[in-house]
Amino acid sequence: MENTREQLRIVAVGHVDHGKSTVIGRLLYDTKSLPEGAIEKVKRIAKETGKPFEYAYLLDAFEEEQKQGITIDTTSLQFHTDMRDYVIIDAPGHIEFLKNMITGAASAEAALLIIDAKEGIQEQSKRHGYILSLLGIKQVCVVVNKMDLISYNQEKFNAIKKQMDEFLKNLNVHPMSYIPISAFYGENLTSKSEKLSWHAGPTVLEALDLFSQEEGLEAKPLRFPIQDVYKFDDRRIIAGRIEAGSLKIGDEILISPSSRTTKVKSIEAFVEKDRVDSVSAGMSVGITFEDEFFNKRGEIISHKINAPITSNLFKTNIFWMGKNNFVKGKKYKIKLVTQEVECEIVAFNKVIDASTLATYENALEAKTNDVAEVTIRTKEKICFDKFADNQNTGRFVIVDGYDVSGGGIISGVVEEDDVVVTSLNKDEISLPINCFDEFYFDIKALEIKKKLMKVTQFKVGANVPFLGESYDYKKDFDLIALNANLVAKVRDGILTDIILVKDYSYANTTIINEKGFGINLTSGEDLLSYRNDYKNGVNDIFANKWLNFTKYRVIKFKDVVDEIVEYEI
Amino acid sequence: MNHLDTLEAESIFILRESYKKLGKLGMLWSIGKDSTVLLWLAKKAFFGHCPFPFIHVDTKHKIPAMIEYRDMIAKEFNIDLIVHTNQEAIDAGMGPQCGRLVCCKALKTDGLQQVVTKYEFDGLILGIRSDEEGSRSKERVFSERNKDSEWDYTNQAPELWDQFKTDFPKGNHIRVHPILHWNEIDIWSYIQRENIPLIDLYFAKDGERYRSLGCAECTGKIKSNATTIDQIIEELKHTTTGERAGRAQDQEDSYAMQKLRKDGYM
Repeated sequence: MENTREQLRIVAVGHVDHGKSTVIGRLLYDTKSLPEGAIEKVKRIAKETGKPFEYAYLLDAFEEEQKQGITIDTTSLQFHTDMRDYVIIDAPGHIEFLKNMITGAASAEAALLIIDAKEGIQEQSKRHGYILSLLGIKQVCVVVNKMDLISYNQEKFNAIKKQMDEFLKNLNVHPMSYIPISAFYGENLTSKSEKLSWHAGPTVLEALDLFSQEEGLEAKPLRFPIQDVYKFDDRRIIAGRIEAGSLKIGDEILISPSSRTTKVKSIEAFVEKDRVDSVSAGMSVGITFEDEFFNKRGEIISHKINAPITSNLFKTNIFWMGKNNFVKGKKYKIKLVTQEVECEIVAFNKVIDASTLATYENALEAKTNDVAEVTIRTKEKICFDKFADNQNTGRFVIVDGYDVSGGGIISGVVEEDDVVVTSLNKDEISLPINCFDEFYFDIKALEIKKKLMKVTQFKVGANVPFLGESYDYKKDFDLIALNANLVAKVRDGILTDIILVKDYSYANTTIINEKGFGINLTSGEDLLSYRNDYKNGVNDIFANKWLNFTKYRVIKFKDVVDEIVEYEI
Repeated sequence: MNHLDTLEAESIFILRESYKKLGKLGMLWSIGKDSTVLLWLAKKAFFGHCPFPFIHVDTKHKIPAMIEYRDMIAKEFNIDLIVHTNQEAIDAGMGPQCGRLVCCKALKTDGLQQVVTKYEFDGLILGIRSDEEGSRSKERVFSERNKDSEWDYTNQAPELWDQFKTDFPKGNHIRVHPILHWNEIDIWSYIQRENIPLIDLYFAKDGERYRSLGCAECTGKIKSNATTIDQIIEELKHTTTGERAGRAQDQEDSYAMQKLRKDGYM
């Protein structure tokens, strides 16, 4: 008597106090999905605290939630209609708990976006709409709640519908329906409301049954990220979950990014009844290979054709929920399926205020709860797909320190040549520099921090900022960048020339490297040995011998430094 | 894949993730239906092997049949079992007569904390489910605890796309909840499908059965004639009482579980 009914996960989102928990609580109550104990308990608490009974208490289980009347963390509850089983996820609407809202919404296949009829569209109504689009949740139904407070007025409902539709259209979110309801009085929730007889569309419950289960991962190209390799006995089992496509014994497979190929020898199982010849998307499996290589977690198995993209530079849309801002120049960890690698931001192409859609070009950081279009570079190449092609291998999270602080989706690959950084330029030659960044000692955080200069391209003939808050190179200086094999000359504050290192001869002036550190050169011979030492590799011995941090730079004290960048040589 | 296949695959993914990412790992086994399902899932995840020890926090107040059954299954499944009791508290006379929540805290929460400290676990796998009670419905799959096992439930880490909290300071540990999203009927359907051995206290005798197992003094039976899994599932489909209604400690206070669990209760 196995339960083979279909299950669909739905999230309720929207602004704080617009009634998400009440809608769900009432839905559960009306569909008789709650145990007796649950309702009795809530009634008892209402009596104890002298507050009126709230359906929301059925979900807001924490004492703090009930006493303050807000949802802090996400909850999921199960109920069913004749058609199928549902998991309905309640997400907090308060901006402070956006990370909990995202936690709840990320696992959903469809969403109810709830708007208070009296208050109308608020900041979180829009931000949540934006987050839904980033999470790839396409099935959305907008529920206009508390219609009782506006006397079930059709015109006011239509005004909200028009305004919200325009906002969502820009995000490529197209709601399947807009439903006027009163959750507290149960109007239009599980049965048609007489007070809302002008509404021809479905009730909330009917709308849920109109959502469809997402399918199609099985039909996509194979993506099998290695989770672990087991050698508990004489078998060497490659374990993991198939994220897309399917795989059978004997298939020729490609392992990326190492590009090795082999064949599937067996599909392993603990009990005989689970033994199969082929496996597909969603299954946690274990296989063995014909050939034994050194395999490790993070590699991705595909078929030879339709392999994933392998690159270290890509364009993304991210949402940031970290307590620290997301900044350029700092090292983060990216986790994409089972891959984990260090990464940094190359460019903030756009930072967007998700509640107004106002955009900020050329920003240096994204703040908590911002969304942004960001170019990311990983330390090593990783394998992925564009989110539009495969959601499971096209999304990632960013870890800052100990905390998952951001999530994002990949929109495309970027060519190295397309990356725009601060540089000195002559014709086709470009010399990337950091010498105009500032160093500060943050006296609140007790840390040395670096503030990046806004991305700028200086051409020959242009004025350069030779004097900053924390550096002074004087009006004449030579910048020797051995990493780019180039030397830039600045005379009277103007970039005059860029030449190859081999064509440069020592001049008795300020000499810095591309980071603005003084280079200890006093003669042409010094320059030769500096270049020779460089070939043997840059380490602390090299840096302490040749570089002088404080020759032209100081570290300034500052109250608080916002654009945080880690100190690096 | 049907509903149970999906749940099973997700739980196995979580078990493997915890084994790979969490250093020293142990699994809590209470002999009840949920943690026995977990044991079975671990066997499947690791192809018949159990690469970490199982832990039973024995309060010495358990229903006697549970202990007999525990030792039998441990032998049959060839598992490395750590049995721990907060003997100091027992010797000092701790029992439900001291107050149920005080007793739970001493014999279960503190007992568990002693195990974590003694064996320096980085990860503990537990068979809790979100539909059991309110505070569990708010849990994460990977849920961080500080060095005193405290749960900061007002500031939980985001958890999305199966990217779990695997970075945390030394001394803290992660509670891993592989069957968080299963419900009571899922558990029974799975036990039936997989033919998982189960203690017979769950099946009716003389018109009564246990729906949830715990300490003898604080666990009540329900009226039932269900002697087979089919009958239990049928009974659960029509019941209007909660699964833990027979667990006395839950009823002590409106927020009893939240308070216990904040301090590190399972």
